[in-house]
Amino acid sequence: MTLLETRTLTKNFGGVRAVAGLDLAMTEGEVLGLIGPNGAGKTTVFNLLSGFLVPDEGDVRFRGRSLRGLKPHTICRLGLARTFQIVRPFPRLSVLDNVMVGALVRHPEAAAARARARAVVERLGLGHKASHPAVGLTLPERKRLELARAVATEPTLLLLDEVMAGLNATETAALVAVIGEIHRAGVSVLLIEHNMRAVMALSHRIVVLNFGEVVAEGPPAAVASHPRVIEAYLGEDHAGAAPSR
Amino acid sequence: MTRVAVVAAVIVLVALPLAPSLFGSYAVTLFTLIFFYAFLGQAWNIVGGYAGQLSAGHAAFLGIGAYTAAVLSVEKGLTPWIGMFVGGALAALLGALVGFLGFRFGLRGFYFVLLTVAFAEICRIVASNTEAIGGAVGYYITFTGDPRQLQFQDARAYYYLALVLMLAVTALVGVLERGRFGVYLSAIREDESASEALGVDTFRYKMLAMVLSSFLTGIGGAFYAFYVFSLQPASVFGIPLSVEIIIRAIVGGAGTVLGPILGSFILSPLAELARYYFAQSGWHGAHLVVYGLLLIAVVLFLPEGAYPRLARLVRRRVAGAA
Amino acid sequence: MAEGSRPAEVRVPAPQGLTIDATLVAQGLLNGVLFGGVFSLMAVGLTLIFGVMRVVNFAHGDMMVWGMYLAWLMATRAGLDPYLGFVVCAAALFGLGFAVQRTLVQRIVDAPHEMQILLMLGVALVLENTALLVFGPEPQRVRSALAQSTVWLGPLFVDVARLIAFGVAALLAALLWLFLFRTDLGRSIRAAADNAYGALVIGTDVRRVYAVAFGVGAACVGAAGALVSPLLPFQPPTGLQLSVASFNIVIIGGMGSLVGAFVGGVLVAVAESLGAVFLRPSLKELVSFSLLVLILLFRPAGIFGRRAP
Repeated sequence: MTLLETRTLTKNFGGVRAVAGLDLAMTEGEVLGLIGPNGAGKTTVFNLLSGFLVPDEGDVRFRGRSLRGLKPHTICRLGLARTFQIVRPFPRLSVLDNVMVGALVRHPEAAAARARARAVVERLGLGHKASHPAVGLTLPERKRLELARAVATEPTLLLLDEVMAGLNATETAALVAVIGEIHRAGVSVLLIEHNMRAVMALSHRIVVLNFGEVVAEGPPAAVASHPRVIEAYLGEDHAGAAPSR
Repeated sequence: MTRVAVVAAVIVLVALPLAPSLFGSYAVTLFTLIFFYAFLGQAWNIVGGYAGQLSAGHAAFLGIGAYTAAVLSVEKGLTPWIGMFVGGALAALLGALVGFLGFRFGLRGFYFVLLTVAFAEICRIVASNTEAIGGAVGYYITFTGDPRQLQFQDARAYYYLALVLMLAVTALVGVLERGRFGVYLSAIREDESASEALGVDTFRYKMLAMVLSSFLTGIGGAFYAFYVFSLQPASVFGIPLSVEIIIRAIVGGAGTVLGPILGSFILSPLAELARYYFAQSGWHGAHLVVYGLLLIAVVLFLPEGAYPRLARLVRRRVAGAA
Repeated sequence: MAEGSRPAEVRVPAPQGLTIDATLVAQGLLNGVLFGGVFSLMAVGLTLIFGVMRVVNFAHGDMMVWGMYLAWLMATRAGLDPYLGFVVCAAALFGLGFAVQRTLVQRIVDAPHEMQILLMLGVALVLENTALLVFGPEPQRVRSALAQSTVWLGPLFVDVARLIAFGVAALLAALLWLFLFRTDLGRSIRAAADNAYGALVIGTDVRRVYAVAFGVGAACVGAAGALVSPLLPFQPPTGLQLSVASFNIVIIGGMGSLVGAFVGGVLVAVAESLGAVFLRPSLKELVSFSLLVLILLFRPAGIFGRRAP
């Protein structure tokens, strides 16, 4: 079943074509990696998918339904949740309350939402900080919080925007494991990443974007050894990166 | 915290109701004002503190409620006990309009503040130029002391009425705070875009907050009209009154249940002191200088307000003693 | 009233059923343009402060009123004409602006915007009500020896006061332009406005730059106040009206745009002047606020606006 597809998705800013006629498709249960140099248009794609930007041309279909013109909160309720590249916690709210906001989507009654949020908080390893205000968290904890909030909305598709940025190797590996668990629980994932190790580890398929267009597409190994991708983006030292699946 | 809760319950349920029999009339008046402004501050707190939409024109809602209840009573003989709800409804309509314009057109922060100020001033100017309601000179209500017309001979009746208003709205906010409405409003305040991404219909909830807040403020206006008995556009729609409304919540702690109450207990006595002290100059703008200085001080040194700081201190004391 | 021949009467229907002749309209236009010079100066101050520090100076109108009162003090106590004394007003307000920025605003540079708004609101309250306490609520006006006469320009008359005000305002604006674009300090200010971190990296004392910028913005408005003091009766509550006028101009012209503040200043002054021709005085304020609402709803980016706050 096609979970998500975009048809000739286009977005211009002034004279710049940020996203140019993008055709993308995802099936249910997939983990799709979206990579590309800075400025390739990846976050713009996320903003278009999640309703923060309106496309100039083209359409986004989620489970067959067009998302064009829908507000972000409606799209979230339909089952498409996203995180932000620069994390946006609710600073003065506690970790639990942060996640509760997400949980309220499927559990509109406060007590139930709070209980559900507690479960998610525990699962993401933030239980010890549940009543702390979000502003006091360390960066890895904030990343987990960002993830927890999105997970609490019980999405069908999770959009992760550079979730690994700023994390060291241990933290990255831990987060990769968590995302793997989330996926195995039945959530499809579309992730933007610069961290190649993480992308290779998690993705079934990778799409490479540059100047708002698809440059290459395929299983991790194929993409990693694709000459155009290597020369445009991955660079010499990554030419030998092997997928660890 | 339960010890604090017990003390609080005692104060609320026993001491405050008994107080008028022990107080002199000046204290009764002072406390009536404290309760009344706490009520208004709490109403503002819903949209200004919890939802984080800084409205500096809330006097508009109070003024509409006041004039509506007053005019309906004087011209149509409608008892203000009902008139207050009509006033509240009209105020809520204006609130919906201002909210709609502000939120639909994406006005945030300073732009939204300006919008609310502009509407309050427009109301003031329109009222000043409408001879049917007294124009700039004002609208007067004859004192009859009839309780069915929301008028009381005994000042203590106003005390109790104001107390009930304050407690009722505080209870309401307390209940809303923990529920979906309160959590969503706080999320919107903290980060509107992130809230949208998490399924919060930010427009709807901001509108709800605005309508509820303006409705309650309008009801407060009715109380004001039948406590003061004369309405002048400059005082009832003016910026000084808007400042009175918001400063209690800000000083006491915006976005907290007890903030506006604490703020009112701090500010009303302070204002009275300032008024007394500057009585020679003959102009009662003196307490506004104090308000200005206090606002500056709070922003610089106590941005979350007095109540959160106090609560932390008490908690540490209690933990230390344990 | 007018020397020379009178132009043919053009009947323009007005809300009160009056007929207005073209002369009055032309007069309104001329007055508006001349007044616009001072309005522009006022707006330039506000936009400078916002452009550099992203702070909205809610106390802008109240600072201008203090400029007016200082001019009044000098005129009545020292016999100093406001068209000469504006320099003192500018200097005094520079000091005030510098101090406000250094001691107050600087502390909350990184705080949420609501805090800045409340802070400047507090400053506005203090300024306005201190003026009330010190000077009382009665309206004042300043007499200027230099500006008693009128000059005829065909059927129109030109208030010498307005002419001087326009001239001085234009001169000050030119000086400001020179300062911002030809001096090192001015360049630092523009650099800090564009990119505070970048400015820091190259060694700019950003705090001092901010304070100077705020001071200059306040000086503009202090001078504007002095220049306008013979033309307008003023009292402490005038501060709010002036703030609203400033916001109107700056939002139309684009927050942070100097050129926008100029153009906007003349536009708004002309609009208000023409409004006075057609409407009752008490409704002039209504026009001002309604204009603000419309501008807020439809043009937050402004004509020349580069960025929204």
